Amino acid sequence: MTRLLMTGNAAAAWGARLADVDYVPAFPITPQTEIVETLEHWREAGEIQTRVVMMESEHSAVAAAGAAALTGVRVFTATSSQGLLYAMEMLYTVAGWRAPFVLVNVSRGIAAPITLEPDHQDVLAARDSGFLQIHCASVQEVLDAVLLAHRWSEHPTVRLPVIVNLDGFHLSFTREPVEVPDAQAVSRFLPPFDPGDASFRASKPVSRAVAVLGGGPYSYFRYQMHRASEAALAVHETIAVEFQRACGRRWDLVEVYRAEDAEIVFFLTGSYATKARDAVDHLRAVGIAAGLVRPRVLRPYPREAIRAALRGKRGVVVLDQNLSMGQGGVLHTELAAALYGWPGAPKVLASFVGGLGGRDVVLEEFREMAHETLRAAEEGRESPRRLLYTAQELREVRKLQGIALAEREDMAKEGM
Amino acid sequence: MSETRFRRMNDLPSTHLLGGGTAMCAGCGGLQAIQEIYDVLGPRTIFVNAAGCMTLLSIYPFTPFRGSWLYTAMACAPAGSQGVRDALDILVRKGRIEPAEDLSVVTLAGDGASYGMGLSATSAAIDRGLDFLYVCYDNEGYGNTGQQTSAATPFAAVTATNDPPLGNPLAKKDLFAIWAANRPTYVATAIAAEPVDLARKIEKASAMKGPRLLLILAPCPTGWGFEPSDLVEIGRLAVSTGVFPLKEWEAGRTVHTKIRRPRVPVEEYLKRQGRFRHLFKPERQEAVLSEIQRRADAYWSAVE
Repeated sequence: MTRLLMTGNAAAAWGARLADVDYVPAFPITPQTEIVETLEHWREAGEIQTRVVMMESEHSAVAAAGAAALTGVRVFTATSSQGLLYAMEMLYTVAGWRAPFVLVNVSRGIAAPITLEPDHQDVLAARDSGFLQIHCASVQEVLDAVLLAHRWSEHPTVRLPVIVNLDGFHLSFTREPVEVPDAQAVSRFLPPFDPGDASFRASKPVSRAVAVLGGGPYSYFRYQMHRASEAALAVHETIAVEFQRACGRRWDLVEVYRAEDAEIVFFLTGSYATKARDAVDHLRAVGIAAGLVRPRVLRPYPREAIRAALRGKRGVVVLDQNLSMGQGGVLHTELAAALYGWPGAPKVLASFVGGLGGRDVVLEEFREMAHETLRAAEEGRESPRRLLYTAQELREVRKLQGIALAEREDMAKEGM
Repeated sequence: MSETRFRRMNDLPSTHLLGGGTAMCAGCGGLQAIQEIYDVLGPRTIFVNAAGCMTLLSIYPFTPFRGSWLYTAMACAPAGSQGVRDALDILVRKGRIEPAEDLSVVTLAGDGASYGMGLSATSAAIDRGLDFLYVCYDNEGYGNTGQQTSAATPFAAVTATNDPPLGNPLAKKDLFAIWAANRPTYVATAIAAEPVDLARKIEKASAMKGPRLLLILAPCPTGWGFEPSDLVEIGRLAVSTGVFPLKEWEAGRTVHTKIRRPRVPVEEYLKRQGRFRHLFKPERQEAVLSEIQRRADAYWSAVE
């Protein structure tokens, strides 16, 4: 075990390196590029035996990744934002192929307007694709999750591709101390890829991904994917134990921080969990029993683990770094679906959308979200859905609009 | 082409490798070509398919292929081919499979994918020097969806989206030239109605490494409007009128593999097809007919 200071992107590359991946087809996009560059440098230095191929698009990168996995090699790739959306057709396709491989997504907001800064709109757009999803909150978790994801994806019960998500900038470019497991420990946890017996070989011809006629066979294969995804929950429990045995760290489906005796809990995914933990400590210091429940795994949805963590709470503050237009936050909607009608359900499920396109969510806001949710619980009312935005932010945007308008008027006067 | 084992019709395989009973239309020029190609290539192949008519060759639980098959999507069959090729190379190099388990990778796509949506992926596969054979069955329109105009549709043809009296006002894109400009290992045109020429080209391409592209004209009874039994005759006319030149490109040089002198007037090809009927009835569109003849003559005068 070595302790190194590294970025989230480097941790993703280290995960792929330790997993001894055979093949990396990719396409560059900010803020993901460092991952593939790092692997390519290691390859050129002879430190890894991996073929890295720069494709002409993410659509093609995911096609090549899926095809190579079906042919029987261990595959890793990485993308972000527009790239993930550009690949969307193939995300659904390769999941349907039951092609096991790992895709790291460095989360970034979606156009329009175009931005480089993070939120979770991209990865949640892939929510229904059939990929399993792990959402990371620290650089250490990124490295460990890539290893876990390979094992999980290749498990005979699962055989689905996995997205490992890390927040752009907040994790991708932030250096944190990371314990790098040694190769022996990793090989105990992650044996060489066993592709099974349906790979393309001269002696064993096979037709894959063929058409079906009618809803009967179509539904059958789609239901199979769904059931494999559901079964992946129990598989995750098993491999989490094995990972802990080999590498010493335990990653459960859901992270629970000071939530056991909490009255009010924050519920969110990704790196803002660090801020939420800080807010929990501050609230606890002033006598409010706050906690954090953070799903690490969003697909399959760990309903029972989430229920167990939220049983009997007075209120849940759901913070969504995404926005389903005309509906609201995705985490909130899904949590409501998981809790509705269950006797242990918390009294109030408050929805806050914030942190879009890199917008910060500050301690003050965490406090206010908690207080509002508690008030709603005390008053026995619903908490209205809120979009986090400050008067200061609105003033800033008004200023920008003022400049844009003045420029346009100037140009009109000059007859341009 | 001196060392070919295909000199005359009798040299062609007498039994077919591709299974029958597929969902293709009667008289499909694309299917006939694939049959002839498969006989020469053999089953140590994997066909990586793009969305198109031929996607319906393999319908669960049936497949006509004795070798392997992978359907991808419309835009990325060359990328799927890249993944399979790279994975097989890795497996052989790392000693995880015997070299005898290796396969030749064949991309199979129609003109819709080849001329349009998949051109970026094709071009990039050529850039990377991918070792694969790309087979485009060109039926000059989005055939699988009812023959809408594609970039491969010829001038003046009526399609589901271009009505008479004009038909398609645009010219057919020169995919052969685009491929050749990317400088792959080999580019050729072929047609099932000239099976010896086709077999020689497949034989030649099989012996090469790198990107090899075969552009097959695939006469389409339903899309072009002719009787399935006329398939071979329509194909021969496409060649003898000079509308579809049989040629190959290698190392910067284009060679025509069949030059007909004198050429049959293009009218003989056009009047056999429903998609050009408006050029003859209710009255002859002399200007359009002579324009089509002029374009064919201009091509050949540059060659000869």
